[in-house]
Amino acid sequence: MNSNETTQPLIKLNGVGKAYQHFELSDVDLTLEPGCVMGFIGPNGAGKSTTIRLIMGLVQADRGDVEVLGVPMPEQMAAAKRDIGFASEDMRLFKNGTLAWHMNFMRRIYPGWDDNYAQVLLKRFDLRPEQKLKGFSHGQRVKAGLLLALARRPRLLVLDEPTTGLDPVARKEVLNELLEVLADESRAVLFSSHNTQDVEQLSDTITFIDRGRIIDSQDKETFLDKWRRVRFRAAAEIREEDLTGVVEFHHRGQLGSVITDRFEPAMTERLTHLGAEVQGVEPMTLEEIFVAEVEASREEVLL
Amino acid sequence: MGHDFILSQSDGRPMYLQIMEQIKLRIAVGDWQPGFKLPSIRELAVDAKVSVITIKRAYQDLETEGVIVTQQGKGSFVAAEDDIGQRLKEAELDQHLTQVIKTAKSVQLDVEELISRLRKRWPEA
Repeated sequence: MNSNETTQPLIKLNGVGKAYQHFELSDVDLTLEPGCVMGFIGPNGAGKSTTIRLIMGLVQADRGDVEVLGVPMPEQMAAAKRDIGFASEDMRLFKNGTLAWHMNFMRRIYPGWDDNYAQVLLKRFDLRPEQKLKGFSHGQRVKAGLLLALARRPRLLVLDEPTTGLDPVARKEVLNELLEVLADESRAVLFSSHNTQDVEQLSDTITFIDRGRIIDSQDKETFLDKWRRVRFRAAAEIREEDLTGVVEFHHRGQLGSVITDRFEPAMTERLTHLGAEVQGVEPMTLEEIFVAEVEASREEVLL
Repeated sequence: MGHDFILSQSDGRPMYLQIMEQIKLRIAVGDWQPGFKLPSIRELAVDAKVSVITIKRAYQDLETEGVIVTQQGKGSFVAAEDDIGQRLKEAELDQHLTQVIKTAKSVQLDVEELISRLRKRWPEA
């Protein structure tokens, strides 16, 4: 592996657009560096799966460039696919094939297939290789798909909703295997989810998508640092316009709260100056931030 | 590996703060002595089951506080300060005291009254 291969982005989307009859993905810019885990969050129908299909070369963009592992997609899909592992809910597995049959199939196609690791995953995921796929439950099918992707040890893992519909035990098993990938700084993971807790724990970068647009994409720590809920008490009226960086504002009676996406200590000073007593500056969970962000971006569209 | 870092999801504090606290705790109780080499950022991320960037942030802040020292290309080490364990415990005490003072002020106790309450309770604890 040359140095270029270890430092260049594994995914690079530039001004990508794709229009369907009732949905449009527009101006998508996205970069995934080696050694990083990106959590891709959005409500249902926001464009997560469309973006992933563009990355996988399954659909062609109307505009912009899609580059994966340094090559353009879908033109050089065959070259890139050797080193991409993909798992999604609607993966086409052969219903009448056993899991062992699928594993054999992958072993023949992909030179990187690691049979020892596949056996370890069988045990960890509690799957029976001799069972036909059509007899699998939803959770078992999801885990089977992940096993087939993980055991190839690809440099890039693209996982569409890998934990959706899994029970807590299975979710933990899956997340633990993502840690295995994270241990290697030349590899990277893109995973979409609407479970913000999973994303918050493992992601280095967070990308929010809503209604076909990327509404925010940043490193997780910066992100969580900038969002705060400030609770205050004030007898005099405090107006939203008196403050900057306000995403949400409430002040009824004496108690009030401000949600900001640009927190600075200056905000609490400003509130004190306006006659308020600041009662607390609270960090927010990714879920709270996500909901606030989506609501704010939809309000902007309405205005 | 196997440093048994356990993060709480019901703890409202950010994950990097929980990591910092667990590292300080290991230093305060003497499990990690001055000069001890910390796990690499990636190792600890896998171990604590959190993202690399969270551990990076925790290490950066620990370095700013003078708890650890990072040497380019060599890794991070517990600061070579003999009584670092004691210093960390005192810093934690100061944090608690600040909280106590705030609460005292909010119920209009002055410093003398607070001290006399402290005296009264001293033998009990």
